[in-house]
Parts: sequence; structure tokens; C-alpha cells
Amino acid sequence: MKRRDFLKNTAVFVSGASLSLSTLEFLDPRELLASQPSLRWGFLVNTYKCVGCGFCVKACKIENDIPLEANVTRTWVERYVMTKSGETIRDCPQGALNGYTSKLLDENASGMRAVPDEEVAQAFFVPKLCNHCSTPACVQVCPVGATYQTADGAVLVDRKWCIGCGYCIMGCPYGVRFFHPVERVADKCTFCYHRISKGGNTACAQACPFGARQIGNLRDPNDPVAKAVLKERVGVLRSEYGTKPNVYYIGLNEEVR
Amino acid sequence: MKKHVWRPLFVVLSLVIFILLFRLAYVPADFGAQERGYTFGFHRLGNEQEWKDYPAKYKNSSYCNECHDDKVKSLKASAHAIIPCENCHGAALGHPDKPEKLTVDRSRGQCLRCHAKLYMPSSGRNNIPGIDPEQHNPGTACAECHNPHNPSLEEM
Repeated sequence: MKRRDFLKNTAVFVSGASLSLSTLEFLDPRELLASQPSLRWGFLVNTYKCVGCGFCVKACKIENDIPLEANVTRTWVERYVMTKSGETIRDCPQGALNGYTSKLLDENASGMRAVPDEEVAQAFFVPKLCNHCSTPACVQVCPVGATYQTADGAVLVDRKWCIGCGYCIMGCPYGVRFFHPVERVADKCTFCYHRISKGGNTACAQACPFGARQIGNLRDPNDPVAKAVLKERVGVLRSEYGTKPNVYYIGLNEEVR
Repeated sequence: MKKHVWRPLFVVLSLVIFILLFRLAYVPADFGAQERGYTFGFHRLGNEQEWKDYPAKYKNSSYCNECHDDKVKSLKASAHAIIPCENCHGAALGHPDKPEKLTVDRSRGQCLRCHAKLYMPSSGRNNIPGIDPEQHNPGTACAECHNPHNPSLEEM
């Protein structure tokens, strides 16, 4: 073999070998989209519309058999009052089960606090519920495989399999999990899986007179929730935890934790 | 090698076999990594169906409309049209069979959920007509003067 041929063949071989077959494969974006499930539940909360009536909390508790008098709830509504001096006060008496009927802010151990109207810079309500994260921390910490995520994104708890160790309750950065006082297992918002999987609405979204809560399919470009998430200025809670939440908020302030 | 050296090994082996057999009997066949993989989808598949079968308590206003269309119609003409029937009348469950009658929440607190005057700029609450519960006829049920289905006093 001549040196010229040797160098030529080597060049061809090396460049050929460095290209893997998959590089030459044509990627069809439609095919890529199809490989993802066509359903991914997401939730949209409009904090401007929420008036703090707490009908959602009551409906959720009745729908999902959470004792009304027990101090646990799958969803709740927080009140934020920001004063002109830059202070942020947050309260949430009984998870807003009976709404907000008083101007007095519940400061727990330090009692009730009155903030005069003229000192208020901003005040609004923020409904909270399980974020059904794309990478849920609570699921990863379960030692027995009792909590999991379905293909359509709902994070659920297997009540027959849960041993009640409470790791997931500690693991959730949003504090949405609690110990069910009757079932004696970890419990959380299911996005009303029994309702939405039959084409219904969640109990909280249905009970909301103002349309502050909406559930939808994030993979459907014509879904109102998916549209809002794409087009509106939305935010998620505690993105720094890397859990990739799927509850989006319109009008989310930095102060909201 | 002598027998007593092997004996502990047999004990351990039989223990392992016992645990494996117990697992086989105890863990359901549909338990394992599902669509979301080992990290997020390690579970008993049958539980998804169990959650789907959870009984729903709330119907919706169109269900109420099937029999009480007159009431629904009158409500839809008022400012309270946006409030779903079941928010005040209670979850329909198996109504009209069981329960035959729903318990209506006519309490003052029910109205105050929205109509207690709060100063909430940057919230829809500020657009709702409100009263100070301690000044506005305290102790009286709102429904004594206001019709919940048509709350405006002028039109009553």
C-alpha cells in the first residue's frame, strides 16, 4: 500500500467511524411529541380572581373525606398583606375553611393583629394545593413504593401500601402532605383523580365562583390552561428546589413562599 | 470440611429462600416500575384504578337543573349566578334518593365568606360589595332581609 492510499483510507475510516448511525437519522418533531404521553395534568391559579371565600377548601374536604374539624387539608388559601413599610404578613386560619371574614390577621401565638387600611400596600389571596411536580421529591423518598406518579402526571398515595413513616410529609418542599387522621396514612391532593379521569372538574375548581382555579391538559395546545401557561406571565412556587411544579400562578409575587 | 462449618450457610440460604417466597406471596403481581420508571413510578398499578373509583360527592349545577330548572333559572338572572348550587345546598351525593333532602347552609358565615368587607387591593375581593359584620345587623341571619337567589334589596 502506498503511503498516500494509507493516509486516504485512514482519513475515510476515522471520519466514518466517528459518525454514529443515529446522527444520520432524521428526527421528526411530530414523532418526538408522540413519544410523550398526550395527557399531562396541570393547574392554573389566578390570584387576582381569588377573593378568599374558602369554598374550594370546604368542597375539597367534603369531596375527599377529610374531617372538616381536623387541622389538616389538601388545599388551603393564604392571605398576604404587605405593608408600606415593607413588611409581609401571612395568615391562614384553619386553612381558610370558613373563608376570611375579619380584617384581623391571625399571628398564631402572638394573637390577632390589626393593620390599618392606609398602611396596606398590597393584599391578596393565594390558593395552595399539591403541585404534582414533574420530579416530585416526596415520591423519591418513599421507602416502600406507596407513593408514585401516574403516566398522566398525578402524584398519588397507595393507602393499602403506605406504612405511615412520614418521610414524604417531610420531603415535600410545599408542605402539602399530611397524616390522614382517619385512614392513618400519608394523604395529599390527588387533583381529584376520580373526577378528572372521568372527564369532570376538580371539586375545588368547580366550587370556585370566580374561576380562580382551573385544571387542564398541559399537552393539549387548545386547552385553556395550556394556553395560559404558554402565553401569560405565570410563575411557579419554589422553583429553586428543582421539583418542576405543575401548578402555575398568575400574579405571583416574590414574597409568596 | 466439617459439617458444622456448612451449617450456618444452610441456615442463611433457607432464610433467603423463605424471604423470597414470602415476597412472592405478599407482593401483588402488578407491583413494580411503571411508566414513570423506578424513581417515580414504582408502585402497585391497581391503585390507580382504586383512586379512579373513589366516589365523587359533588355533582354540578347542570345536574341540579335536571329537576330544579326553575330555581336554577332564577339564580342565573341574579348577581349570584356564578355561585354553584352545591356551595350552599351541600354536595348532591346520591340525591334525590339518598339523601332525600339536602341541608342548606343559611348561616351568616356563609355570606360573610365573600361579603365581609376587607381591604384587599390587588385582589378581586375589593370589587365585591361588603359590610362590616360587627356593625351591619350583628346576630341576624342575612337571609331574613336578603334573598340569596336575588340578593339585591331594591329588586326584591
